[in-house]
Order: sequence, then structure tokens, then C-alpha cells
Amino acid sequence: MTTQTQTKGKFVLFPGWQWQRILLYATLVFFAVLYLVPVYLLVVTGLKSFAEVSQARMWNLPVGISFDSFYKAWFGAPAEGVRGLGVNFWNSVYLTVPATLISAMLGSINGYILTKWKFRGSDVLFPLLLFGMFIPYQSILIPLVQVLSKIPGIGSESLYGTIPGLIFVHIVYGIPITTLIFRNYYAAIPNELVEAARIDGATIFGIYRHVLFPLSLPGFVVVMIWQFTSVWNDFLFAVTVTGNPASQPITVGLNNLAGSYIVEWNVQMAGAFLAALPTLAVYIFLGRYFMRGLLAGSLKG
Amino acid sequence: MKRWNWERTAAVLLLSPSIILIAIFVYGFIAFTGYASLTAWDRLDPDFTYVGFTNYVKLFANQRFQIDLRNTVGFTVLFLIACLTIGLTLAILLDQRIRAEGVFRSIFLFPMAISFIVTGVVWRWLLNPGSPELGSTGVNLLFEKLGLGFLKWGWFTDPVVWHIPPDSGLGQLLQQIGLGFMASPKVGLSAGVVSLVLAATWQMSGYTMAMYLAGLRAIPDELREAARVDGASEWQVLWHIVFPMLRPITLSAVIILGHISLKIYDLVVAMTGPGIGFSTDVPAYFMWDTTFRGNHFARGSAIAMVLLVMVAVLIIPYLVWTTRTEAEL
Repeated sequence: MTTQTQTKGKFVLFPGWQWQRILLYATLVFFAVLYLVPVYLLVVTGLKSFAEVSQARMWNLPVGISFDSFYKAWFGAPAEGVRGLGVNFWNSVYLTVPATLISAMLGSINGYILTKWKFRGSDVLFPLLLFGMFIPYQSILIPLVQVLSKIPGIGSESLYGTIPGLIFVHIVYGIPITTLIFRNYYAAIPNELVEAARIDGATIFGIYRHVLFPLSLPGFVVVMIWQFTSVWNDFLFAVTVTGNPASQPITVGLNNLAGSYIVEWNVQMAGAFLAALPTLAVYIFLGRYFMRGLLAGSLKG
Repeated sequence: MKRWNWERTAAVLLLSPSIILIAIFVYGFIAFTGYASLTAWDRLDPDFTYVGFTNYVKLFANQRFQIDLRNTVGFTVLFLIACLTIGLTLAILLDQRIRAEGVFRSIFLFPMAISFIVTGVVWRWLLNPGSPELGSTGVNLLFEKLGLGFLKWGWFTDPVVWHIPPDSGLGQLLQQIGLGFMASPKVGLSAGVVSLVLAATWQMSGYTMAMYLAGLRAIPDELREAARVDGASEWQVLWHIVFPMLRPITLSAVIILGHISLKIYDLVVAMTGPGIGFSTDVPAYFMWDTTFRGNHFARGSAIAMVLLVMVAVLIIPYLVWTTRTEAEL
């Protein structure tokens, strides 16, 4: 235990166990409490019964645990004209899962080509591709809407206003980041492995399938966490592409719920909790990879 | 040799769907938006009558847009200062052989996993000042309970814009040297922006911490040891060895946080809306509003292009810098 804690930190401003160490921990605990205040309010409010919710007692712990707020946030109250977020939650699932899988596959192939099959101009192409992940999407929204409404969808007149349309949008604008992460990942795999496979007669496809792909699991985890989080949390594309409440993802649904004056604020908080749950779960269970994905976003992963 | 050739072709073919999609959906679309910003398109049906730079001239004379630019600058500066200071402080504190370091790190970083919409909804209630009839709510109520009532204020509902008073000494001096506009609300900071910065910093400072922590852990121990052998104190090691080595991290953080703050939209939608007198309005909000609610497509395109130029000025040198240093390795 002691050896583990000793190797962790690399330099020491406050050595020993004097009052300075206590101050150090006190500062960290203070910050931790500060960061957790919004979570406290979110959970406490969501768990209160309707009778118990009042603004004057908003910081008090709930007397009993009630899931009324969650029930109403999920199912809505048709009589009052309040839409539940359940539909939107499932829309987000149908959106996020395919968008994440296809993005990751595309990024993996791109990363493979850009590291192991470089061609003339591929080094120029890469930054041009990367620029796409930084642009303000406002600069492409207008033609995007025009074009989506002209591409025929499966079982719908056009891709505009549909979940498949939104999946397509996230795949396209996910190309830069997924390619970047896989390119950095594959760059660390020695070229000798590829050379050896080639001497053994493997083709471009064979090398990918038998050499690179089996080594790709950590890369896929990082990319999929990144894409899952950004697609689930996206609002701008969702609000622009889907206008009909029945086909909107949860971020748009939550914003509508929170913007409605007839919805009690404990229901809004419960809705916010539901919208945050999947990405938080990913963060809690796969935190290590989540960090790696975040740092990859700063280009030099 | 023959096989070599078809595989080269196959490599280009495998990459081509992505290249074509990015060429059309990024570069083609930007070109379209750029062209639309030079037209008279002011209703739902496209109208491509060329009007030159009229839309840009009108835009920069537009009062709402001027306020938006002021808010963006204020937001970006405060947000960067807050994230970098808190991020660096937390990283240094966590690098002190802390027990339960992982727990602290997770607590500081988890807001990053949440969408700006959720953050906005929660912080709108946290910073809701309450009303005289119902009493204080949110953070104001918490302040009251903790005996810190003097800290209560209107948060994002307060329409005040802090600026240099024109009749003050400094204001008059500025007027004399022809910079009178600096002493007006046009160059100021609106109170609402501060509330947005608080929520955004809660969400992003942990990320900055993670970047700094990775940087701290990458500094070789030998460097610090050598300085210590030469008789440097720990604070001197921090100042003369550690900080200079963290400079590239600071640059990356400034670029990443900066481009996020220039584009900030979701948080404003969920937390404050444009506010009284546009006190919390930003260009991205104005763009969506005027384009998809007002059908002023040409004006929306012009705002989008201004946003793009601002982001490009920040990002392109960074892209060139990183790809070049990568080539050297």
C-alpha cells in the first residue's frame, strides 16, 4: 500500500504529515464537494415526492424515497399535455448504437490505410480531414438540411427529420475524430508485423483481418466511448435535423421538457438524470478508456 | 510487383468514401454557406440573387450581433482563465502522492461525460435567484443558510453590463485619445455571461486537469532530481522546471477550450436563452434563431461564416504546428 502511494506522485510540495498535508486534503475535499453540489441537487430533487417539492426546501434531503418524478419524466402526463422522455430515450439508443458502430468501423479502416498504406498526398489529406472536427457546424447546417431533404430514406420520403438521417450525419462528421484516434493507435503498431504478413502472402484485406483487427480492441473501445458520448450528448444536429417530437433524441426532448412552464422542476431534474445516465454509466465502468479518448481529442494522443 | 499495384489502388479506394463525404459535407457545404451569405436569401425558398458583402456590412452594424461578439469575447476570456487556473491547481494538488487520487480524479472529471443540455437544466435551477415573494432559491438559498447572504445576487437574470463608466477619469481619458467606445457597454461584460462561465467551467475544468496531470506525469524524474541536487527548493522546481515543460499542454488546452467556447450553443439554449437585452446571447444562438426560426438564411450564413473564420484562425495554425512536429519525430 505504501509503495503504491509513494510511486504515484512525482514531486512533493508538502512533505510529511504536518498541517500542510491536512490543508492539501482539505482543499481537495472542498473542490470535490463543489463539483458534487449539482449532483446532490439533481438526485435529491428527483427522489422527492410531488407533495414534498418546494423551492424553500430544495436543499433538504427527501423524507421518503419516491420515484414519482422519474415516472412522470419517463411516461409523461398525456392529460396535461406533457410528453414523456421514454420515447426520446429509445430514439437516442436507436441513433447512438448504429452511429457508433459504423463510425468506429470506418475510422478503423481509415486509420489502417493512413498508417500502413500511405500514398502520395495522404499526409496532406489527413490535416484536411481533421479540420472537419473543429468547424462550427453552423457553417454546414443550411446545405445539410437542403441535402438531407433530397436524399430518399428507407420508409420515409427523405432522410430529413428521421433517425436514419441523424445516424448518417453523425457518421459523416465523426470521420475526422475516429480516423485520428485509430491513426494514432495503429501508428504504435510496428510496421514489421505488416511486412512479415506481406512476405507470408497476406493481401491488404488479409493483413487488416488477421494482423491489425485482432489487435484493435483497445482502439475500438476508446473510439466507441468517444462516439457514444458525443452522439448521445449532441443537441445541435438533433434539433436541426429532427423537428417531430416523436423522432427526437433525448437531449432535444429534455430541452423541450425543461422549457415547458407546466412541467414541475422535480420532473425536469428527473429527466436530466435520465438523459445523463447512459454516458455516466460508461464513464463509471470504462473510466480509464474514457480518459484516453478525451486526451486523444487533443490531437497528440 | 503486380499485386503491389492493385493493393495501392485498393488502399485509395478504401479511403475514398471518407474523402468524398468530407469533401462534400465539410468543404462543399462550407462553400455553399459562403455563397449563400453573399445572396439575398431571406425566406424559406432559396433566392440566390447576388448582393456582395451587404449581409456582412449589415451584420456588423447589427446591435444584437455586436452584443453577441462582446459576450463571446467575455465568455472565452473568463472561461479560459477559470479552466486553466482550476485545472492546473487541481493537477498539481493531485500530483502530491494523494491517497484515493483516483476517487478525486473521477469526481473532477465526471461532468465531462454529461451533455451541455443536462448541465444547463441543472445549473438553471442552481442559479435561479428566486423572487421577493417566494424567497431565495438555488445557490442564493444555500448562501443564506450558510450565513453568506451577502453573496446573493441575480446571476443570469441580472441584465447589468459591467464597463468603464464614460464619466470616470479613465473614461474621459479614453474619449480624449479617440477610444471613447471602450468606455461604453459595447465593450463590457454582462452578468449573465458569468453564470454561463460557471456552468461551463464545472463541466470542462476537470478535462483541463486531466491534460495537465498527463503532462506532469510525463516530466522525467531525473530533471527534478537534478534540480534538487543543485539545491533548488520544491517551489523553484515547480516554477523553473515544471511550468516551462507544461507550456505545450497549456497551448493545446487554450486551443481546445477556445474553440469550444467560440461555438458554445447548447448550454445557452438549456440554461438561459438569449436573456434580457441579449445579455446571454451568443453568435451561435443568433445564427440558429435567425436561420431556422426567422428564415433569414443569408444572414444566418453570414454569421456562420464569421464563426468559421474565428475558429479557423485558432485551429489552422495549431493543425499545421501539430502535423509538422509530428513529421519531425
